[in-house]
Amino acid sequence: MESLDLAAQSVREINQFFHDLNSSDTREFEIHHPNGAHNIAVGIDAPVKLHIRGHAGYFIAGMNKQSEITINGNVGWSVGENMMSGVIRVNGFASECAGASGHGGLLIIDGDASSRCGISMKGSSIVVGGNVGHMSAFMAQAGYLLICGDADHGLGDSLYEAIIYVRGKIHGLGADAREEPMEDSDYTKVNELLTMAKFNHDPKEFKRVASAKTLYHWSPNSKQFAVL
Amino acid sequence: MCGIVGLFAKNSEMRASLGSHIVPMIVCMGDRGQDSAGLAVFSEQSSKNSRRINLFSRDNSYPWDTLSEKLSQELNCDFNALDNHAVVIASEDPQHVINWLSEHYSELFVLSIGKTIDVYKDIGHPLEIADKYRFNELKGTHCVGHTRMATESAVTPYHSHPFIAGEDLCLVHNGSLSNHHNLRRMLEKRGIPFETDNDTEVVCRFVQWRLQEGDSIEEALQKTFEDVDGFYTLLIGTADRIVLVRDAFACKPALIAETDNYVAIGSEFRTMAHLPGIENAHLYEPKPEEIYSWKV
Repeated sequence: MESLDLAAQSVREINQFFHDLNSSDTREFEIHHPNGAHNIAVGIDAPVKLHIRGHAGYFIAGMNKQSEITINGNVGWSVGENMMSGVIRVNGFASECAGASGHGGLLIIDGDASSRCGISMKGSSIVVGGNVGHMSAFMAQAGYLLICGDADHGLGDSLYEAIIYVRGKIHGLGADAREEPMEDSDYTKVNELLTMAKFNHDPKEFKRVASAKTLYHWSPNSKQFAVL
Repeated sequence: MCGIVGLFAKNSEMRASLGSHIVPMIVCMGDRGQDSAGLAVFSEQSSKNSRRINLFSRDNSYPWDTLSEKLSQELNCDFNALDNHAVVIASEDPQHVINWLSEHYSELFVLSIGKTIDVYKDIGHPLEIADKYRFNELKGTHCVGHTRMATESAVTPYHSHPFIAGEDLCLVHNGSLSNHHNLRRMLEKRGIPFETDNDTEVVCRFVQWRLQEGDSIEEALQKTFEDVDGFYTLLIGTADRIVLVRDAFACKPALIAETDNYVAIGSEFRTMAHLPGIENAHLYEPKPEEIYSWKV
């Protein structure tokens, strides 16, 4: 494994190093002393393995493609923002907007994720070992958000086609989100996500939340604000 | 943006080195705001009746010596000055000293009054301010700091955080308020005076008003949740407490790190990455509209 050190190099230098890799490079790297710095390992496009040894700041592993990134610590806002593929694992908790706008790949958070987890996700999968904060999966368009713990209020507000699975308590659904019966395909999907994330739960304990689709089109019959 | 930092010492060793730990915290948060910075430090009370009056002069060569002499001769007060900042220690009849200062030295700005609080604030990068006022030498039980990126009112030392109201109360804020003009009018009608047109001063005076009306700090903050509209992470210091809250949306960041020796509060983790024992600290984010408080 090759070592990089943020105490000796800037985030910009380290990111440039990864951007210059051949897009089929399969080497393994570790980054020491992240100390909460922002924008670490943003924009990698190579099947490398990368270990971040400590807590990271905002936007860690943003726009990730192909690579497998493990963070041995907590992360700040927007981990894996707009990720395209690959796997990001946080061995800690994630602050707001984890996995925002992700198009593909898998984001795993061992601990809790804060508010707005999976906001506007567009096809990625997010698995959270603990609880999620309020307004998670807000306007999520495609993909899966699986929550092993509880979900705070406003879950799935203005959902499109993304599917949410929750094992614990739901403290309130957002506008147009509704609980639906679990079908065989849901149990299969939950099992697949739990297996990939290496979490040991019974898929039967999960509930499904999806869009009621009442906000998809404007309706003359729905309650309108008067415009004089 | 703006950056918030706070440190609550749990033992005498941390209290003795409070300043040296807070300096890298506040300097790091220069990345979130470098228009101005400020720090309130609470130390253990020396005498029951004495008051510490912190003063600021914009004049870089203010004749503090003259004031020192007069204070000593006429009012028997102790006095220390450093650059643009001075502390008057009034042991007898502090109100008389305050009145005397406002009568004879109205050009000086009163930064704080209290039994335990000292406030330093100025414009510029927090690195310069920490250096100028020797933050690294400060001792105390807890401190509250701020780095400002001004969005809604002027960049002056007076518009810098922490804001103060009454005695031994300070508040710093990351965010923006949307109904501060209404709240200001409501408070002004009740005879509460303001020193700036800054939105944070409004919430500081709002909290002080509730406390004066007999609310506990928890009740005052509950009222803040109900009446103050906007985005905010607020960190409040009182003589014996440090209190942290976030608005209902929790749009503005905050992180808490707790060990056997201290509680550190910051807008981001990197502000506390240097602290001793941080690798084993209990790290967590405060939830919206919950009150987090630590008592000396």
